[in-house]
Amino acid sequence: MINTFKKLANKFFGFFKKKKEIKLGLYGPPNGGKTTLANRICQDWLGEDMGSVSNIAHETREIQIKEEIIIKSDDGRELKFNLVDTPGIATKIDYEDFIKAGMKEKEAKERAKEATKGIISSIKWLDDMDAVIIVLDATLDPYSQVNITIMGNLEARKIPVLIVANKIDLKKADLKKVQSAFPQYKVQGISAKKGTYVDKFYKALFEVTK
Amino acid sequence: MLTLQFLPYTTIEYLNSSKRVNKLLSLVKTDKIILLEGRLKPDEEAELIRKTMEDINDKFTGIELSVIYPELKNSDFFIKLKHSFMNFVLGDRQGMTIIGPANVVKEIKQDPEKIQLLTKDYKPKKKITTRSSRATGAQKSRTSREKKR
Repeated sequence: MINTFKKLANKFFGFFKKKKEIKLGLYGPPNGGKTTLANRICQDWLGEDMGSVSNIAHETREIQIKEEIIIKSDDGRELKFNLVDTPGIATKIDYEDFIKAGMKEKEAKERAKEATKGIISSIKWLDDMDAVIIVLDATLDPYSQVNITIMGNLEARKIPVLIVANKIDLKKADLKKVQSAFPQYKVQGISAKKGTYVDKFYKALFEVTK
Repeated sequence: MLTLQFLPYTTIEYLNSSKRVNKLLSLVKTDKIILLEGRLKPDEEAELIRKTMEDINDKFTGIELSVIYPELKNSDFFIKLKHSFMNFVLGDRQGMTIIGPANVVKEIKQDPEKIQLLTKDYKPKKKITTRSSRATGAQKSRTSREKKR
């Protein structure tokens, strides 16, 4: 009820003021490289990192926001946004997986508990986004229901989407498979870690958010 | 033993989103793999994930979810229109949704034309208990026989 009222109020006041800043969300399954990309964007335009990264899934367990990032295009255009890095969305979390990754039982259980809360937050925040970058691991199968569910929800809310096929520097990466899985969306292959094709990513971001 | 339960769309047709999600989740928690006729709405799928996360504990580790849906991208305009009309009148009965508990279903591999369901080596707790209770019974009778001797 409150959300509906907020939406109506936003729409009403939207007539009177043009939005200068947008909320740009980073969404996707765990370990796709959302925070690595967030760090890349923040390093490129602010000269600082946004969050810590790890090989163990669910490293980001809380919503992280970096405000007032301004990126510039070659032709002098500016895009100002608040970057929202979200915890990876999954349908299952087993603390034993964290134990297998080398954690102690207590630490693993705590991480699992925080990860479930993180996923709930990510889903709640979907309503607040103005544009979303979906970060997928290009070495993995893109036909996962989590990806499809996220896309379906963004489509239903008419939120612009840019798909980033990350880890394109790895041998197993298959950009064409990601493109063929989501032909209705712009898909940009990058390596957020190495900075490969990041310039193209910024161009695509301008296209999607215009 | 692995149990697959078919759920016709009519069983959830008149339920609101929250009740639909609760019904599916309660069935999955009984270690059954649910084959639901049709599909949930995108916000219901998100709600199913959200509710799953709320319910996760040491025993229930989540779900595996997959949807098979007829591809209409390259279809004729009138076919798309017919499908949209049918969805509007009858609800979204096309396709099928598969939901399984993560402790039973290891992974659902999905591609546009087929679905592969990979299960874990699953031993239901009840059966193990029955076997051990039988063994205990046998041990008891053996002990009583020995005592009589």
